[in-house]
Amino acid sequence: MIDMALHRITPPVLVLAWGNLSRGDDALGPLCLAALQNTLSQGLRDQIEFLEDYQLQVEHVLDLMGRASVLFIDASLDCQAPFEVTSLVARRDTSYTSHALSPQALLQAFVDVQGDTPPPATLLAIRGEVFELGAPLSPGAQHNLCAALVWATDRIAAHATVSSVYAVRPASDTTTPAAHPGLARACAAQRR
Amino acid sequence: MSLEMDTAANPQGLRRVAIDPVSRVEGHGKVTLLLDAHNQVQQARLHIVEFRGFEKFIEGRPYWEVPVMVQRLCGICPVSHHLAAAKAFDRVIGAVPVSASANAVRRLMHYGQILQSHALHFFHLASPDLLFGFGSEVARRNVVGVAQAHPEIAKKGILLRKFGQEVIRITAGKRVHGTGAVPGGINKLVTREERDSLKRELPQMLQWAQEAVDIAKQLHAHNPALYRQFGNFRSNLMSLVRADGAMALYDGVLRVRDADGRILFDGVSDQKYLELIEEEVRSWSYMKFPHLKTLGSDMGWYRVGPLARVQNCDFIPTPHAEIERQAFVAWGEGELVHATLAYHWARMIELLHSAEVIGELLDDPALLAGELLTSGQRQRSGVGIIEAPRGTLIHDYDVGDDDLVTRCNLIVSTTHNNQAMNEAVRSVARDYLNGHELTEGLLNHIEVAIRAYDPCLSCATHALGQMPLDVSLVAPDGRLLDRVQKSLPQGLVHLTDPVLR
Repeated sequence: MIDMALHRITPPVLVLAWGNLSRGDDALGPLCLAALQNTLSQGLRDQIEFLEDYQLQVEHVLDLMGRASVLFIDASLDCQAPFEVTSLVARRDTSYTSHALSPQALLQAFVDVQGDTPPPATLLAIRGEVFELGAPLSPGAQHNLCAALVWATDRIAAHATVSSVYAVRPASDTTTPAAHPGLARACAAQRR
Repeated sequence: MSLEMDTAANPQGLRRVAIDPVSRVEGHGKVTLLLDAHNQVQQARLHIVEFRGFEKFIEGRPYWEVPVMVQRLCGICPVSHHLAAAKAFDRVIGAVPVSASANAVRRLMHYGQILQSHALHFFHLASPDLLFGFGSEVARRNVVGVAQAHPEIAKKGILLRKFGQEVIRITAGKRVHGTGAVPGGINKLVTREERDSLKRELPQMLQWAQEAVDIAKQLHAHNPALYRQFGNFRSNLMSLVRADGAMALYDGVLRVRDADGRILFDGVSDQKYLELIEEEVRSWSYMKFPHLKTLGSDMGWYRVGPLARVQNCDFIPTPHAEIERQAFVAWGEGELVHATLAYHWARMIELLHSAEVIGELLDDPALLAGELLTSGQRQRSGVGIIEAPRGTLIHDYDVGDDDLVTRCNLIVSTTHNNQAMNEAVRSVARDYLNGHELTEGLLNHIEVAIRAYDPCLSCATHALGQMPLDVSLVAPDGRLLDRVQKSLPQGLVHLTDPVLR
């Protein structure tokens, strides 16, 4: 078992978002992460580690260790708008087609390297449209981000034990909520 | 340095094979092979869709924002852009040299970046090819396949990369979007606790780095014919070196050797790079083709990166890496090593060198105390050149009196290696594709050649579902003869009944 980077107390929940802030809707993951950090109460934040990166890489296996649950957040070109939520299972795939791994392949790398079952993991995929360098967040992505943020904040806040929040839906299930009372509040927090 | 297969004599009678994009290479690239009726390669080109909007992205911004902003150009080597920009703006504000502390912290950051990037490349991008073979089962030939079959190697790769990233976090202030380097110096020192935490891990990293060199060396020893022949073509080599000829990855002067190892240019100031090289535009590619001015585009193109650096320097100024450099030179039997796969061996020598330099820097008291910033007479322009993991990276800026950037020219290592990658494709096509049917494994030989350069294409864009591999076979009249697509979650799918299967 790898023991590096475990010299610190590991919060039970990992929220890991990736993307590039300067490439339009590719920023959806990091923006959602930042908004969650601003929205959640201190008590909830204390149970969560928030990580941002440009891409999902194999060394993130180390960040999965010791977690009760993991929430991945990324922009997506092929999910339904505004977002989809999927429980993940470890799987070999073809994500080696770039420098970036898929979340499923990362979980599989955890299995292979650690020889253990990965923590329950959920993917929050937020629909994006525009990914050009220097492009701002598109209006559609802004709306999708707000909806995703509402889902994430409500889901966390509704559970007394944060570590059991995620990974409760079957792999084929998706969530696409309509207008929500908390939308304005969450989006206001996100804009701040 | 022949360009014989750059343009076919009679392309109308040829079939076209396109590999798009190149797998395990960031962004989108496309290989086009024009075949005749007998599967003989008549024309080979690597098309790279590079975003030429980089410079426009930077122009008009305050210069002090740029070292942070440019990190968003590349998700793989943001630190290299960060430091190259900071070095350029040191010139603009007259901070030459920067303080001893700034120099030490920046160098530590840089060598952490080299170490983590090289570890990622070798252990997780290249090793699947090298360990399993270029034509092996696709499912095994990826990072997860390595982890399954060789868990110890995968673990070492992960931890080496993690160590490099920890060096970056400590010196840049954050794991991503670091702000450690600023025009004129740095904005923070390293604490004693941070320094000690790295020192505790260093002996293990040095051991694994040495083992990584040994793996690369053994791969060559076990199959010398392959490693000498695959993608072997002659070229000039360019890199920074220290004034005394030592390997220099953070700062130095430009040196160029010809294909026989003779020094063509030496001691060229980074501020005068435009006296040495110029860029050419070709109609069929978005990416420019840099070359030495005095030799022209046909004879003046060159390679950058580990293969160039290890052979361009006179020595490596750390003991274990220097021993390995000498072994590498001996492999050439008196001539320069030009084989494409030797990039991996050279890359691991640099990985070891980086670990050794990190060890030296961790003993430098300037890391912990000293001046953060310096300044001097304001200038209107500045150039910053650094040896990024993939090769020479040039940042060149003009800044107006209002402190806004008025001109920006970036030459990334992938651009320097543009002609060389095209040549590698042609070389491999000549050796491995002529007279053969096109299989995924066979096409992967071409990708292996490209991956050795670890090109950074349309950097840093990633979204779920965005990167399928699309292989098309198109007739000269535009008719689709065959198409193979690789995408999540189906993997490789033949969409048509191929002519050549």
